[in-house]
Amino acid sequence: MDGLVIQLQRQLVDYSTSLYKEGFLDDQFKQLQQLQDESNPDFVVEVVCLFFEDSERLLSELSKTLSQQNVDFKKVDAHVHQLKGSSSSIGAQRVQRVCIAFRNYCEEQNNEGCLKSLQLVKHEFSLVKTKLEAMFKLEKQVLAAGGSIPMH
Amino acid sequence: MESCNCIEPQFPADELLMRYQYISDFFIALAYFSIPLELIYFVKKSAVFPYRWVLVQFGAFIVLCGATHLINLWTFTMHSRTVAVVMTAAKVLTAAVSCATALMLVHIIPDLLSVKTRELFLKNKAAELDREMGLIRTQEETGRHVRMLTHEIRSTLDRHTILRTTLIELGRTLALEECALWMPTRSGVELQLSYTLRHQNPVGFTVPIQLPVINQVFSTNRVVKISPTSPVARLRPSGKYMPGEVVAVRVPLLHLSNFQINDWPELSTKRYALMVLMLPSDSARQWHVHELELVEVVADQVAVALSHAAILEESMRARDLLMEQNDALDRARREAETAVRARNDFLAVMNHEMRTPMHAIIALSSLLQETELTPEQRLMVETILKSSNLLATLINDVLDLSRLEDGSLQLDIGRFDLHGLFKEVLNLIQPIASVKKLFLTLSLSSDLPEYAIGDEKRLMQIMLNVVGNAVKFSREGGISIVAFVAKSESLRDPRAPDFFPVPSDNHFYLRVQVKDTGSGISPQDIPKLFTKFAQSQSLTKNSCGSGLGLAICKRFVNLMDGHIWLESDGLGKGCTAIFMVKLGLCGHSNEAKLQFVSRPPANPMLTNFPGLKVLVMDDNGVSRMVTKGLLVHLGCDVTTVSSGDECLRVVSNEHKVVFMDVSVPGIDIYEVAVRIHEKFSKRRDRPLIVALTGNTDRVTKESWLRVGMDGVILKPVSVDKMRSVLSELLDHRVLLEVQ
Repeated sequence: MDGLVIQLQRQLVDYSTSLYKEGFLDDQFKQLQQLQDESNPDFVVEVVCLFFEDSERLLSELSKTLSQQNVDFKKVDAHVHQLKGSSSSIGAQRVQRVCIAFRNYCEEQNNEGCLKSLQLVKHEFSLVKTKLEAMFKLEKQVLAAGGSIPMH
Repeated sequence: MESCNCIEPQFPADELLMRYQYISDFFIALAYFSIPLELIYFVKKSAVFPYRWVLVQFGAFIVLCGATHLINLWTFTMHSRTVAVVMTAAKVLTAAVSCATALMLVHIIPDLLSVKTRELFLKNKAAELDREMGLIRTQEETGRHVRMLTHEIRSTLDRHTILRTTLIELGRTLALEECALWMPTRSGVELQLSYTLRHQNPVGFTVPIQLPVINQVFSTNRVVKISPTSPVARLRPSGKYMPGEVVAVRVPLLHLSNFQINDWPELSTKRYALMVLMLPSDSARQWHVHELELVEVVADQVAVALSHAAILEESMRARDLLMEQNDALDRARREAETAVRARNDFLAVMNHEMRTPMHAIIALSSLLQETELTPEQRLMVETILKSSNLLATLINDVLDLSRLEDGSLQLDIGRFDLHGLFKEVLNLIQPIASVKKLFLTLSLSSDLPEYAIGDEKRLMQIMLNVVGNAVKFSREGGISIVAFVAKSESLRDPRAPDFFPVPSDNHFYLRVQVKDTGSGISPQDIPKLFTKFAQSQSLTKNSCGSGLGLAICKRFVNLMDGHIWLESDGLGKGCTAIFMVKLGLCGHSNEAKLQFVSRPPANPMLTNFPGLKVLVMDDNGVSRMVTKGLLVHLGCDVTTVSSGDECLRVVSNEHKVVFMDVSVPGIDIYEVAVRIHEKFSKRRDRPLIVALTGNTDRVTKESWLRVGMDGVILKPVSVDKMRSVLSELLDHRVLLEVQ
């Protein structure tokens, strides 16, 4: 049993290290993990779930807004701003970066640029979502095996 | 019958003789009987005769003698024995009575004689009394005249009437021909004829005052007889034969200042008027003593009446003047009150109305700076920001000063690092000083406590102002700052006589001396330095402040029970600013208001803030949750809101800190901050407001601070950062650095 725990833990560590290395997550995520304690055992998961929900909603709004004839760039900017905020809060670095670029296009009122950025954001978001979900699964496995989540 | 005792007539021819004897006896008896009758009659008539008994006796004596003689009549002829007996009885009685009378007379006659002398004495007395009565009557006459004159004179307070009345009444009482009053002229060299009895408006004759006759009159307070030919007496056209006698008397003209406590007026008064009185000519009248006395008394009374009139005039004048002044003062007071009311109204309006737009300008300008701007635009925006910052400082200064003057400013007492404060001041001033190539030295005495209790911010302000001034006005050399604990001998400064420091166990007096080698101050400018808006001529060139700095310092120092003054040896010889303030000593439990330990690096920070109520405002759900988690992790009791309005609704004085995410573009944020400031007027109650922002621009940070934030935190926030932020916030109530 011990060996399984250690193995799973190593796997988890490797996986999350790769996430950091590839820029999917940044330090902020580590901070979130630090906030998790006995009084708040599922903090990270809750926050991340909220992020997923929020972002999905925002992305659908963005699609709707950008598909209109007269694009309301102010509204688009507001949404992107929100997304940027959320992603930076949990440390989804790549999403955040794309959002910044997205905002510049909004300022320029560049419809094409916005559409392109939207695609990018959607892409990045789905990537990070998958990765995070995988990581959580691994964590569950470790916990189920009787181990504890290693801290960075 | 042979031996009869009867007398035998020896000469029968003597019948004539016998007849004559007979008749004589008869008449004698008659006389003898009538005298007592007369006596009785007259005694009855006069009741006062004291010796009735004597008269009775005398009467009896005479009656008996008469009876004897009467009975004698019968003895001329033959008479019987009865007649002889009767005769004998009568004679015996007569003899007895006459002897008694003779004896009585011995007693009576001296008495009678003395009555005579008494009568003489009484007559003399009566004559004397008569004489005296005459005298008294004359005196009483005189007195009556004087009273009447005085009454007339004193019944008016008008000077001319007084004098006029005097002359008229005197003339009437004494039946004078002419009466005149000579008054001294303004120059005092001459006497001018001012009033006469007969002429209504005398032409202005003058005589020089140094005439011998005048000197003679002035030298005594008695009436003096003068010659009718002297210049003062030549009032009537000559042509009469015998001018009447003339007397003159001096009338003192008294002033208020003549009445000393120990002197009598005669000694101190200098001015006299001359009153001349002339008896009617061609009459043989002479001046009587009582008339002269009357004149003397009148002269005195006139003097008194005149002085009363003068005093009254002066007091009326003074009263009118006072009334005028009173009116003027009243007006001035009302104007001052109006001005004060106007100022208060103005300040009340300024307090809020001016700050809000200023915040808007500053906040928006700084936000504008964040955006993409052309270099020209950036320059313009920077200038706008700089100017509005200056303006905001000025407004705050002025408002501070007026709040100081109103007495509504309260010090924020707290524990602070005293040594650190000085070092901070040094750090802040050092750059400017080194630009001007001035050296800065700081010397803290060894007995200066490390920590003190007082208003750190304002003490810093005072220090910065004083040291800043020293640097501003020095072109070369350097500034030296010396700080030490004032001992009781040095507490009382002869240059500050109104300052009474009272050292006690809980407090000490910090004394700071800032010496510079600059342009110095001339002695006459020193008192003006602490007055608002006053700048001496020599300073105007270099200074760019509003002149309020030192005035504010002085107010702060006074609030701290201290004293500030400047010393200078003169222009070009540098200047030393000295101030003393009262600070509390640390280490007493009643002074420790804060629960948390202050920030010296040695002490570890608290890792937890149990139960600290905070409010988080963020419109982004995720970010809100993250921040909340962060704070909960540190033990806080977190409330979250997602909009400015909600924040204002929810915020209470229980919340110690409000975290506001300001990455939302818009003016909501600073408006919320302003409203929070307004909601909690006392600084103690107000929650600290911290802005969470993703901006790294320094200018923005300052602008947030100006808007009313107590701190700015850059996102992303780590646990450690949040922990240190909370520590510092609760310690200092302000974040000195951007975290």
